[in-house]
Amino acid sequence: MTNHWRDIKHADVILINGANPAEAHPVGFQWFVKAKLDPTKGPGSGGGAKIIHADPRYTRTSALSDMYLRIRTGTDVAYFGGLINYVIQNKLYHEDYVKNYTNASFIVKEGFDFKDGLFSGYNASTRSYDISTWGYETEGTTPLDGPPGATAPRAKRDMTLQDPRSVFQLMAKHYSRYTPEMVSSITGIPVDQFTQVAKIVGEMGKPDKVMTIVYAVGLTHHTTGGQLIRSGALLQLLLGNMGRPGGGMNAERGHANIQGNTDHAISWEILPGYLRIPAPGQKNLDQYVQLNAPKRSDPNSWNFFGINYRNFMVSLLKAWYGGKATKDNEYAYDFIPKPAVNSSWMSIYDQALKGKMEGVLLSGMTATSIGPDSNQVLQALANLKWLVVMDAFPTTSSEFWRAPGMDAAKINTEVFMLPATHWIEKDGSFVNSGRWSQWKEQVLPPEGDARHDHWITADLFDRVKTLYKQQGGKFPDPIMALTLDYKDPKKPELDEIAKEINGKDLKTGSQMTSFANLKDDGTTTAGDWIYTGSYPDAGNLMKRRNGIQNPQQNDPTGMGFYPQWAWSWPLNRRVMYNRASADLDGKPWDPKRPGIQWNGTTWMGDVPDYPATMNPKDPAAWLPFIMNGEGVGRLFSNSMLDGPFPEHYEPYEAPIPNPLHPSQSEDPVAFLYDQAAGRPNRFGKVDKYPYVATSYRLTEHEHYITQQVPLLVGLQPQAFVEVPEELAKEKGINNGDRVRVFSERGKLEVSALVTKRLGPVTLAGNKKVYQIGIPIHWGFIGVSAELAGERAKYWLANALTPMVGDVGARTPEFKAFLVNIEKI
Amino acid sequence: MTEITRRDFLKLGAAGTAGLAIPIANPLGFDLAAAKKRALEARISGAKEVHSICPYCAVGCALIAYTKESNGKTQLLQIEGDPDSPVNEGRLCPKGATAMQLAVSSRRVEHPMYRAAGSAKWEEKSWDFVLDKIAQNIKASRDNTFVAQDANGNVVNRTEGIAFAGGAAFSSEEGYFATKVMRALGLVHIEQQARV
Repeated sequence: MTNHWRDIKHADVILINGANPAEAHPVGFQWFVKAKLDPTKGPGSGGGAKIIHADPRYTRTSALSDMYLRIRTGTDVAYFGGLINYVIQNKLYHEDYVKNYTNASFIVKEGFDFKDGLFSGYNASTRSYDISTWGYETEGTTPLDGPPGATAPRAKRDMTLQDPRSVFQLMAKHYSRYTPEMVSSITGIPVDQFTQVAKIVGEMGKPDKVMTIVYAVGLTHHTTGGQLIRSGALLQLLLGNMGRPGGGMNAERGHANIQGNTDHAISWEILPGYLRIPAPGQKNLDQYVQLNAPKRSDPNSWNFFGINYRNFMVSLLKAWYGGKATKDNEYAYDFIPKPAVNSSWMSIYDQALKGKMEGVLLSGMTATSIGPDSNQVLQALANLKWLVVMDAFPTTSSEFWRAPGMDAAKINTEVFMLPATHWIEKDGSFVNSGRWSQWKEQVLPPEGDARHDHWITADLFDRVKTLYKQQGGKFPDPIMALTLDYKDPKKPELDEIAKEINGKDLKTGSQMTSFANLKDDGTTTAGDWIYTGSYPDAGNLMKRRNGIQNPQQNDPTGMGFYPQWAWSWPLNRRVMYNRASADLDGKPWDPKRPGIQWNGTTWMGDVPDYPATMNPKDPAAWLPFIMNGEGVGRLFSNSMLDGPFPEHYEPYEAPIPNPLHPSQSEDPVAFLYDQAAGRPNRFGKVDKYPYVATSYRLTEHEHYITQQVPLLVGLQPQAFVEVPEELAKEKGINNGDRVRVFSERGKLEVSALVTKRLGPVTLAGNKKVYQIGIPIHWGFIGVSAELAGERAKYWLANALTPMVGDVGARTPEFKAFLVNIEKI
Repeated sequence: MTEITRRDFLKLGAAGTAGLAIPIANPLGFDLAAAKKRALEARISGAKEVHSICPYCAVGCALIAYTKESNGKTQLLQIEGDPDSPVNEGRLCPKGATAMQLAVSSRRVEHPMYRAAGSAKWEEKSWDFVLDKIAQNIKASRDNTFVAQDANGNVVNRTEGIAFAGGAAFSSEEGYFATKVMRALGLVHIEQQARV
């Protein structure tokens, strides 16, 4: 989230896409309802915020919304694109914001083009874009940080936004195709309903109005996932809603600590704090920084991330390799592994299927149930030499060798099940969707023989290290050099690790208080620079508990920031990009909902995303978005591999050809794992699989672990699919009947829940398409499965889903695929 | 009737032990609540209050756990929403409200288990047995699949044949530690729940 849960109460309009907060994040949903019940919020003269829910399924979120739009799953780019078009055509954008706080005025290079569904630079044989034409026209230079006299090309701008090659005009042209009729044709949302929404959203470009967009994995789990989010962000930039209380792009995370452990880079492509993992050929720190750090393209751009990239990286290397990281060895830069190819989730199992992956360690995740293509994942696990599962409960991965249909005698994978402690048995922080790092205490001692995950890891590392000492082996240097400055290196305390993450000044021994003070000369450490400031000498700020027991004292701005409740990154800032919440002179766009404001000598309010005493009227004042090279929000971006503007592409399994460009129906650069590996592409066609399916979570369950909680199993005891009433009638399916749902990859045999919550959408003028809903929670492990016996044999929802991912994030297309259904 | 917030209710609960003055004689205005108050008081009276965060979704609801020591064991009495939290203001959903049953469960894996190649059963093993064997596996797979230089002569120092995944349910500090150790072992396949 750019903002945080409590902040949603400040919104006038709440767009919810690809999410069902009332059921999946029920307690967070209270803040949506607060906005709705607040008569000072809302479009026009108020009367309460308007909630607009676009979802294939009518849920309890829809029930509390002002408008529900039945949208075909995976078509939200068309919906947001239509809203962008409406806002531009009717000049409803926030003009001052767009001109000064976005790259709308930047001139794009000659050669950039979009035709027949393809951007310029496409190479069909490599299925990739050469993005060299997706850049700015330049004129002159801008000083660059670094050696004196260094410069970078300065981007050319046209502040009138009239130049036909300005980002604004190119954007207007790109989205002019997204008429209400086209939006309806793609999404299935009736034209009049869409127009009604557009009118409400269009009002949110007024400086004293603000809208938030809230989304979850219903937007990310598509081959256009990255662009789905970007299309919402573009709309928010046009309306001037980024950086403002009540605004922003707000992702609801689905697990207690996805946020924290993404920040700390349990993710193949990054190092802690979103520093990119070095690629082969980036031979030293200079080249690494040159190729990865954002570059200043305007003299007024601070480019804070870019100019500190090296400081952050060297401080990380010092945290990891201590005395072995020296100036002479480039601070042990060679110790960081450099991946050749994408190594994300699906790639792990793809490599296993190819016989190239020997061992997998799963710590609180289950490959089988998560999928996609669970049957193929089972084969991948069977191809490993060894599998380690650290978990508190058995999982569909620890037990994969006895999954229905598997022959244990033929599976040579050695499997280790290690009893791990869970949350209640250890301290440490959980970071919520709003970036609040909240410390929890240990409540209970470890149960029985169970051990903490990090103690298991530390012990394993110690044993591996001993083996290298005794036997030698390949490049033991980083293993020998790794810092383990803990009282007991085999049992590090989470408090000790929290201090290491924060970092310290090696000259004074003091904890660092801000990442602005990190250095590239080896005199500072920071395990994760975005957490620097969370644990100063004064103590662990994540433990703070000054909450609503005393609002006068603990919420001094009255804006709900509660700066002394826990700690949020970066630097305890509660709303990111908050310089953009104020106008050029530093006055809040809306005085009733200030983020930060200039009082003549300093910025007041939230922790400013800006130098605290920088006078906004100074001609040399920095632009508002300090983290990127342009200094402004990007309506046009060359950091996406599938296009500088989001474009609607059909899912890989779709019921219709793309109405915008049928010759290029799907995303041209999505990664097709099976095809790339030489396995058959198992995509189903609409003639054999006429129904669109999507998957989701229920209130009573969380993924798979709740299959071990009897009270929750009692509330939702068995696997089912939701079938629209009309379709059920056509197929002779009654409520409660057992049905088979099947795709080109696998099948489910579960009960049918016949419902009005799902219904047909009409696409491409006249094609009626049904959508089927599939909760994800069941499998062959847990209380339900034990009670159901043989009936639980085909309960893995992800047996149906395809192994295809979007080009950037390689997020699987869990949320849009084709199936058929029959009564058993 | 005076509106009673969850916070007031908990204050009532605390009144018996902490001696907080309640400004209104019977703020709840109905008898059932007084009974509930007494039940709550009885249940958590003298208990230790420990702060935690809900383990399920990422709203990050703050929890209060009440524990008591008896016969040298820590007993978990109750988990409820923390009324001081600006995130949840004491509220919990069905999952958070049943967190007790995740916290204390007879369904836990009790001991390290090992399933040999081709075997159809688990064998209970000691920690030393499994950790030694896994450490040997890690070393062997690392040595088998380690690439020091790629075909272009670039130093890459990567282990291609081992993957680590996890972390959406454990503490941030554990995650940081896992990243640090796995990168030191040369792993490039490192993943968690973020994209799935």
